[in-house]
Amino acid sequence: MAGTALRGRLTWQLAELVEAVAETPRVKTIVFDVPGWPGHRAGQHVDVRLTAEDGYQTERSYSIASAPVGTRVALTVQRLEDGEVSPYLTDELRPGDKIELRGPIGGYFVWEPSQGGPLMLVAGGSGIVPLMAMIRTRAAAGDDTETRLLYSSRSQDDAIYRDELERLSGNGLTVVHALTESQPPGWTSYARRVDAEMLAEVSPSPAERPRFYACGPTPFVEAVAESLVRLGHDTQAIKTERFGATGR
Amino acid sequence: MAPIVSRGFRGRRAAHVDPARIPPGQYVTADFPVLSAGPTPHTALESWDFSIVGELDEPRGWTWEEFRALPSEEITRDIHCVTKWTKLDTVWRGVSVDTLLEGIETAADFVIQYSDGGYTTNLPLEDVTGGKAWVVFSYDGQPLAPEHGGPARMLVPQHYFWKSAKWVRGLLLQSADEPGFWETNGYHNYGEPWQEQRYAGD
Amino acid sequence: MGELMLDGNAIAGFLQEVFAVEMTTAIGTCGGCGAAGPVGAVHLYRGAGIVLRCPHCNNVLAKIVKNDSQVWIDFQGIRTLELAV
Repeated sequence: MAGTALRGRLTWQLAELVEAVAETPRVKTIVFDVPGWPGHRAGQHVDVRLTAEDGYQTERSYSIASAPVGTRVALTVQRLEDGEVSPYLTDELRPGDKIELRGPIGGYFVWEPSQGGPLMLVAGGSGIVPLMAMIRTRAAAGDDTETRLLYSSRSQDDAIYRDELERLSGNGLTVVHALTESQPPGWTSYARRVDAEMLAEVSPSPAERPRFYACGPTPFVEAVAESLVRLGHDTQAIKTERFGATGR
Repeated sequence: MAPIVSRGFRGRRAAHVDPARIPPGQYVTADFPVLSAGPTPHTALESWDFSIVGELDEPRGWTWEEFRALPSEEITRDIHCVTKWTKLDTVWRGVSVDTLLEGIETAADFVIQYSDGGYTTNLPLEDVTGGKAWVVFSYDGQPLAPEHGGPARMLVPQHYFWKSAKWVRGLLLQSADEPGFWETNGYHNYGEPWQEQRYAGD
Repeated sequence: MGELMLDGNAIAGFLQEVFAVEMTTAIGTCGGCGAAGPVGAVHLYRGAGIVLRCPHCNNVLAKIVKNDSQVWIDFQGIRTLELAV
């Protein structure tokens, strides 16, 4: 599968919500059963299409959060205050409901263990989702590629997958959090926005030729990519996925 | 497979709208989506000018001060985007194209709007005159924001909104029509919303 | 550059729908400045239609307009496109 072009026209299919899990006050993971799902690669996404009764339609893309397991596809959705789609997915959708979905999509922002490392993942807010799929896929494969995650969140309560990341740490995985707005008492890790200095401290050196994946809001990703290039990293080794101003 | 209705999904749209105000295929929105073909230009007002060029006796131009000294008016119109959203009763302030063309002698039948960043869009001259078009600098009582086309954009409400160029810098008058940025690539050359002229061939 | 701008990866599904092949790993060469890179990394803007721009020189690489039955693609800004088959 690795290295081959993905073929065939993508078609919309119905996916059934089977489980919903609150991750943080604003974030929920919704798990779908997608009949005939061929599996997916970490970093890929799905397009979701919603249709109202009067025919109004809108589409959004969501990164797949889970490692491939059968026909299950998990999406982790941040509920945006005045969002059009996210509040529907997090608040309205119930197990048993079906929505239109197509995927898996994407060949650029993907990682699999065979690609090797060292792997440097930089996440801003909900940008953690596709990177978590990479971490979960790595763990499921028992892979020990040197992997570092720098994860920027507003506060500890906003850090998604916190417990799981702690559990998975070790065996080549290092997780570093930056809490930009508020920190719990006794916090010893970063307490500011990601900057060049932080990236220099956390990332492998350019000589180690790391592979970077940066994901999050557009301004965050822009700043990270720019800093990495200034630190001497190869532009071609930096893959970005911009979520736009307010998430996908 | 025909699209399936998503139970309970409404989208973020305004309720209680007179359907007679909505062109075919459009949906009313309460917000103001920002669409763009490229990065937002940022032209300092000191460098900004607006020109009328092409097939006319004498080209004209205004600096920002000169432009803002022209008579302007408040305009309230519905606007319709080819991507299917309609926004009702949008309020602008701007200078009528009639004012800008006052006293001009031209044999041109067509006008091409051109903008910072390279965007262009074309219309018959008669569709931007006679009270049908303005160069606007204010939206909803505030100076026009850069993301919405500021400092000034075109407002031509009788056509889909891609024919109201953001960041407009001038009008080029020609006897020959010249399809613009989108008209050369699938969008309708005239773009009248009530006849649902979205795509070439519609 | 603006918060509106996404990368080509954001329309991976759309491109695959149109071309029947995963396009974001295709390597395009800009007709403006000659820079080469994956389609997934180009700058994407959503206007009336889709505009892909070179991340180095901002040149329009491609414009794409689609309805239920047709797609119009202007590729003039891409000198070459290289895909794995």
